[in-house]
Amino acid sequence: MSTIGYSSWAVDLAEVGAVYPFHGGSIAGVSSEVVMVVIGVAFWLLWHVCQLRGEQEEIDYEVNHENRDENIRQSLDRY
Amino acid sequence: MDSNIAALTTIFTEFYYWATVVIMFLIHVGFCMYEVGASRRRNHLHTLMKNTMLIPLVTITFFFFGWWIYWALPNGPGFTGGILWDDGAPNAPWSENMGTNLSDRLTGVFWAAFLLFSWTAASIVSGSVIERIRSGAFWIHAVLIGSVFWIVDAAWGWHYAGWMVQLLGYHDAYASGVIHAIAGGYALGVLVVLGPRLGKFTDDGTPRDILPHNPWLVTIGLFLIYTGFWGFYAACNVPLIDPEGIGGQITGITWTATNIYLGPTSLSAITFNFLMSLSGGLLIGYLVSKGDPFWTYSGGLAGIITASAGNDLYHPIQAMLIAGVGTYCAYKLHYWVERTFKIDDAVGAVAVHGYAGFIGLIICGFVLWGAPASPFEGYATISPWGQFVGAIIMFVVLGFIPAFIVSKIMSAAGILRVPPEVEFLGLDFREREAYDNAIAEVQAAEAAKIKQS
Repeated sequence: MSTIGYSSWAVDLAEVGAVYPFHGGSIAGVSSEVVMVVIGVAFWLLWHVCQLRGEQEEIDYEVNHENRDENIRQSLDRY
Repeated sequence: MDSNIAALTTIFTEFYYWATVVIMFLIHVGFCMYEVGASRRRNHLHTLMKNTMLIPLVTITFFFFGWWIYWALPNGPGFTGGILWDDGAPNAPWSENMGTNLSDRLTGVFWAAFLLFSWTAASIVSGSVIERIRSGAFWIHAVLIGSVFWIVDAAWGWHYAGWMVQLLGYHDAYASGVIHAIAGGYALGVLVVLGPRLGKFTDDGTPRDILPHNPWLVTIGLFLIYTGFWGFYAACNVPLIDPEGIGGQITGITWTATNIYLGPTSLSAITFNFLMSLSGGLLIGYLVSKGDPFWTYSGGLAGIITASAGNDLYHPIQAMLIAGVGTYCAYKLHYWVERTFKIDDAVGAVAVHGYAGFIGLIICGFVLWGAPASPFEGYATISPWGQFVGAIIMFVVLGFIPAFIVSKIMSAAGILRVPPEVEFLGLDFREREAYDNAIAEVQAAEAAKIKQS
């Protein structure tokens, strides 16, 4: 058993194509490549959602900071 | 690879594109240094991260859909045919070619070369919007310009069978339009909605110069962009191909390097022209800015960008003069647009990339008028009107308009720009506060230890 489809390199390379793990496989009738793409796209979109939420929290923290005006004065002095 | 020559050609081509990718990486080192140097101290870290994180975001989205767009959409919106599903299939993210595959040694490096152009397009926009855009908003824009709009324009005008090449004779060998004009137009579309940094303009509308905190970092960054630009130029070529492989009208058996349209050129030609257009831009940039280092360096870049459309065929002296014209116009236009429309382009990206690229396309139409845009039969030849229409498509249709619309939507949703308090505090306030607190805590602990001993 081998996840890449080959357990030995005693092969003619001219006849070898994809060698990444699970290539050409299927999960519930869907190819393993499509499953990986769906997972990848979901990961990407979720990243944006988390990032936008985190950035809003950071902005809220800064806007509502108890020493905001003093902090602004110091920031402007620093350029 | 069933013969020695086929094996050598494949391995050479694989290594060639791989090397261009490594060299092009320096463009992004340069962009990061340049932007951080141009920003004020209170915005350093966010400025750095804004540019850095476009790298993974554009990379994965270019894998998911950008690469497929290039191969599937050369016919445009039905101008020369429909969607090329068969050409797109091997380049879809679920294709076995898009992974470790011993029968395909070129898709990965070719994909990466295009990807580095995608990063560049997004990075160009990044510099112009520093110090007030929300990072999350910019990263959505980065995906759109890097993995959608620029690659649509590449399919249309930077593909051997693109409809613009076939019908307009559009010629843009080293991407004056397909990278620079579109990115400049896109940046302008964002800037119009985003607005200037607080304090950029006086009450009567006179612009203030918000100086870079570290001019050395800015100039070293620009030097690195020059260096990476060599890889960019090389990556725009097909390094070695025979007429049979091209399949066009070229006769005989002489192998050649070609531009992206499979028209013949050579590395020697583009080396002449890269250096001469860099020089023309630097010389005029120095004169027109009265020796200002920022604009002199930027002038070198604007010079290359102006000449890039035709640098596969120009004479070196033509390249130098064209570069000078583009640099002069870009500099003057930057300040005219700033004064007239109150546009705060923090690093001059719209001018250096957008205006110079636009002007370069049109100049190319005159200087290469009547030259073949392609080795294939039936394609239009290069002309001023074909180049002008192409420039409009790049700067306005695929650059400015989408950016303006998306920015309007973001602005309405309240996610485009940071609030004024945060802009004054600095985008790095929370990080700086944590840093100061951490130092204070360590110092207090050390003082307590000394007391105990």
